[in-house]
Amino acid sequence: MSQAAIAMVHPGFDVFAIRREFPILAESVRGKPLIYLDSAASAQKPRAVIEAMVQAMEHQYANVHRGLHWMSERTTEAFETARDAVARFLNAPSREEIVFTKNATEAINLVAHAYGRGVMDPAKAVLISAMEHHANIIPWQMLRDERGIELRVCPITAEGELDWAGFERLLADGRVGLVAITHMSNVLGTVTPAERIARAAHDAGALVLFDGSQAAVHRRVDVQAIGADFYVFTGHKLYGPTGIGVLWARAELLERMPPFLGGGDMISSVSFEKAEWARIPHKFEAGTPPILEGIGLAAAIAWVERVGLEAIEEHERALTDFALARLSAIEGVRIFGRAQDRGGVVTFALDRAHAHDVATLLDRQGIAVRAGHHCAEPLMRVLGVDSTARASFAAYTTRAEIDALAEALERVRRFFA
Amino acid sequence: MTDAFADLRDLYQEVILDHGRHPRNFRRLGPPARHAKGDNPMCGDRVEVWVRLEEGERIAEAAFEGRGCAISIASASLMTETVRGKSAKQARALADAFRTLVRTGRCPMCGGVHAEDLERLRPLSGVAEYPSRVKCATLAWHALEAALAGEATATSA
Repeated sequence: MSQAAIAMVHPGFDVFAIRREFPILAESVRGKPLIYLDSAASAQKPRAVIEAMVQAMEHQYANVHRGLHWMSERTTEAFETARDAVARFLNAPSREEIVFTKNATEAINLVAHAYGRGVMDPAKAVLISAMEHHANIIPWQMLRDERGIELRVCPITAEGELDWAGFERLLADGRVGLVAITHMSNVLGTVTPAERIARAAHDAGALVLFDGSQAAVHRRVDVQAIGADFYVFTGHKLYGPTGIGVLWARAELLERMPPFLGGGDMISSVSFEKAEWARIPHKFEAGTPPILEGIGLAAAIAWVERVGLEAIEEHERALTDFALARLSAIEGVRIFGRAQDRGGVVTFALDRAHAHDVATLLDRQGIAVRAGHHCAEPLMRVLGVDSTARASFAAYTTRAEIDALAEALERVRRFFA
Repeated sequence: MTDAFADLRDLYQEVILDHGRHPRNFRRLGPPARHAKGDNPMCGDRVEVWVRLEEGERIAEAAFEGRGCAISIASASLMTETVRGKSAKQARALADAFRTLVRTGRCPMCGGVHAEDLERLRPLSGVAEYPSRVKCATLAWHALEAALAGEATATSA
């Protein structure tokens, strides 16, 4: 689809206007304008996010939930407003269901500890997929090793989609207690059928957790419409700051789960003999929370809502189609992941060059891509490769940048030929 | 003729491309050669190094097998050539000098006893600009040192 066609679908969407909101995009790398195609690792930040955090530090900052003074009251208000923003963003039924963590990894670990060790029947299994990020593998392996639970892995198809027959087979004996699965693969771009997964899981007596680290950035997520039980994402991939992630869980589950970390802010009363836990979500937020990061995340969500997730999704879909066509046309390029429903990441390998050399040689030409196993080593084994390169797109990515990638990659191919 | 790849060539010099494509001494050595594996879990690079010592100390032959990026394969290949004929002690000193070279891009020992060898290894010095790639260049050297020390494995640090 051409830029003009996109503009017709979303008249307000102007990628060049969006780019002007990201100060870093004016930077040069090796004397060339930065071409940043690594947004799936971490997105760049719009001025609105930067300014919200600077504004807080310069004018309105103190610790939250404790000071009986003006600055603390105002900062608490700003931080708690972020919780409202996240609740609206996910269409969560209640703001009390939003728990702030350090990142998505910590959010999954929180569930593995507080639900996996604290609530789940140890006779039950956890079911993940073959395309999980390490963040959604290791916490369950640790739970398995500690509690002896079974860890099941659903295979994927050659196109990189969830093997649905396999998925149903693994649920069939009714012994799965929790399905923990990506909502969008960070390697293959595959968007998983969340509603269908949730329904099948519930029918089999299992709860479902979605790792939304990628999905929440690229499309609108409605945890109620999906029928999710747990949903996690991270701030820094959503144009927000590092150091803040989100766990959403149904209130009833959070109530039943014991705390994860202990400390200040998560108790209602303490003596040396015992402590009473605070109400949710504070029960899960020990210690000083990521205050500035919360304020930054609220600004990021406001920014994304202003641009429009639907417009961003449309823009990225057009870019992804274009990138798939451009890169496939290069001799010796192999693309991983051909799912019908997919988001803005394209993972590839060049047959005569190692992914690390490809990434370094693209970097020499001012283009930033990710190379390696993408924190998904088991998936690399399934794909039969040691490492791959990945270009990923965001609201500020242009077709010209993808053209530049294709041309640079063609040069790398000839260089190694 | 102007080089269409001048911007790429400063890091990937011809010698690196050549040894990356056609690694020398790419084979196993049988017993009693000493042997160690090197593994870089960050990028999946993997090498195995064999050294055959004669008269106790001197390296009569070094060989390797492995898979990885052009930098790691070229580095291993060049290493097997440069350590031949060295004593274990000399090889360790060369490994140290090489590590300094690829970590800093500078070559303080280039005027010393290993001047000629270091000059051959100098094309790899460009990786100093990429701290994440330095390990690719040093992996085989770590494995060599492990083999000389009689250890089975080395992890590029």
